[in-house]
Amino acid sequence: MNLEHIGAFQILISVIARFWPVWICMAIVMGASYFYRKKLGLYGQLYGTGVGVIGLAVCFFWLFTAIFASVIANFDPIAQIAVMKDALPGAVVPEGSGHGVYLFGGDKLSRDVFSRMVFGSQIVLIIAPAATMFALMVGATLGLPAGYYGGKIDTFLSFLANLVLAFPVILLFYLLVTPGIMETPIPYVMAGIFFLFPIIFFCMLFYTRFKRRPDRLYILLGLTILIGGWVYLGLVFNADPLGIVAIDPNQLNIFIAVVFASSPGVFRIVRGLVMDIKTRDYIAAAQTRGESPWYIMLWEILPNARGPLIVDTCLRIGYTTILLGTLGYFGLGLAPESPDWGTAIKDASRLLRTTIHPALPPTIALMSFVLGLNLLADALREQSLKD
Amino acid sequence: MLQFILRRLGIMALTMLCLTVVVFFLISLEPNLKKLAISQTESRATQEQLESWLLRNGYRQNFFVRYGQWLGVVKKQPNIDASTGKATPRFVFCDEADVPTYSGILQGDFGCSTKFRVPVAAKLFPALGATGLLMFWVMVTMVPVSLLIGVLAGMREGSRTDRVLSAASIMTTATPEYVSGVIFSVVFASWLGWLNGSAASATAQGITFYNFTLPVMTMAVYGIGYIARMTRASMVEVMTQQYIRTARLKGLSFSAVVIKHALRNALIAPFTVIMLQFPWLLTGVVIVETMFRYQGFGYTLVEAASNNDIDLLLGCSLVSVFVVLFTQLLSDIGYAYLNPRIRVQ
Repeated sequence: MNLEHIGAFQILISVIARFWPVWICMAIVMGASYFYRKKLGLYGQLYGTGVGVIGLAVCFFWLFTAIFASVIANFDPIAQIAVMKDALPGAVVPEGSGHGVYLFGGDKLSRDVFSRMVFGSQIVLIIAPAATMFALMVGATLGLPAGYYGGKIDTFLSFLANLVLAFPVILLFYLLVTPGIMETPIPYVMAGIFFLFPIIFFCMLFYTRFKRRPDRLYILLGLTILIGGWVYLGLVFNADPLGIVAIDPNQLNIFIAVVFASSPGVFRIVRGLVMDIKTRDYIAAAQTRGESPWYIMLWEILPNARGPLIVDTCLRIGYTTILLGTLGYFGLGLAPESPDWGTAIKDASRLLRTTIHPALPPTIALMSFVLGLNLLADALREQSLKD
Repeated sequence: MLQFILRRLGIMALTMLCLTVVVFFLISLEPNLKKLAISQTESRATQEQLESWLLRNGYRQNFFVRYGQWLGVVKKQPNIDASTGKATPRFVFCDEADVPTYSGILQGDFGCSTKFRVPVAAKLFPALGATGLLMFWVMVTMVPVSLLIGVLAGMREGSRTDRVLSAASIMTTATPEYVSGVIFSVVFASWLGWLNGSAASATAQGITFYNFTLPVMTMAVYGIGYIARMTRASMVEVMTQQYIRTARLKGLSFSAVVIKHALRNALIAPFTVIMLQFPWLLTGVVIVETMFRYQGFGYTLVEAASNNDIDLLLGCSLVSVFVVLFTQLLSDIGYAYLNPRIRVQ
């Protein structure tokens, strides 16, 4: 059956038009930020450099795409319209089986490549930054004492970190993200341990600061434990009493594996920074004042290590995106029909001899997002070195 | 120095021991053993048959006993057939002693691969050779290219060459193997038809430019950007040193300064980075070999992991952990050797 096609120029125009909420939001956010850039600190300084603006634009683009995915995409990412199998880009869906245009064509299961790419961004933009944040918490909570106290704690924690780093990532994933492992308590135990770290981190943060001001301390501690405990129940035991926080067991497994693989890297960086910063005079001053070690770590050292940490976080989100893609590429964890970019690349790369077009959108999407983050990290590094 | 190396070797052995215990534990989980039993018996086996298969082949022994057997510190018992009373090997494709013997990694016995139906050593070492060949060509392309880019970019910081080359290296670090592999295949294999999109023929008929360029290129690209950026940073730092200014003021030409004075000092840091690239390349090998169907170490690892081939997977992890730790050691020693300012205590 012959399909009608629209021309290349029309495809371009339609794609740009489909992203309309993204353009509007980008214009508002970036315009406002540019206008007030003098008051926005490090973030505002990014608008002074070309690299920074490009990096921000790419990141915002994918962020808003993920937020507005259901508005942008014109088809359901897993719906199949049989007649559109391997349709070329710009193929018009014939009357009777729906309406619209497969802007980037259809894949071998006759799903819309464009919509899949758009919905894929959601999975990546939820898991990658969240996993990086958890890795940051775990790495910081362990790296601070290791660098500050040194000695036995440092030797032990560094040995553990090196142990995980010596594991080839791919082997780790094959062992941790198999379907069989979901029948064992291992992912839940690991989740239980990892998700405890943010709660410990924030409790320590508030406790050390407001130890002598119980009125503030109890409120903050109460809030931390309440919110933390609520999310904890939802994520680890899937028993959120309100039913809002829930995570698919497969996604939990991926999440844990990614956090596990990237926290030793954060640990090493934090440890190195702490060892450098603890020799400074203001730390000696704080020690002379009689501040507790954890106060010094959390309120004196950590804020002064933020520059390199922000840059590293940016790069790490990109690296986590690559890891997620690797997982998808090997078909680990994510459901086979999941629209994420890695899975899409895997599906398409097996058929490169016959059809090319389903392979390109996810590859370019993944590449551009990671590139945006790398550019952003580069600009941030340059700006934070300036002052 | 000798003491340092010995201590590092000790830590290395300890790390390998810990990691193999972890791997051994994870593959010995109940669901994984079930999977293995199902794949090794007829497809319609009942629960009891699966259980008896696991019991007969010693998978139901104590965890530490099995680990000790694999390691070679506990004697492996011969498999006595209940009906005849004779010792029969567990797997027909593997020799096994009739009397209890120490036969593990320490004795050089890697065990049996249940997936490929050969002894692990017979599968693993040819695969490592094939991957070594791939790695060799990757290094041959990656190292000179990235050093050249880094030196050219770092030579004059802020120049147009620097900007263009830096942008290009950021670009390549954002391109993991599975992305560049797809793009290169589309361009060079599907559109232009210059290169072969599969390296499957490389195993049987030997490597040629036609079937081996794409895998090598794909793997090299991801690493190039990273090494080039490190080289650039190191080069930039060296170019601001006093002795470079002295050399310039002496009246030496710019190229002479770069080649004779700057280069040697600027290449110390990238050496470490290149050595530490090996663990990273290991992941790349797995992706590239799967993508281009090249039967090397990565392909073996994927097959072992997805079929829960216990001995083969343990062998693979031992090898990869060894590679990671050994290159770390080499990079530390090499760094101390190259840079006289650093002395190992």
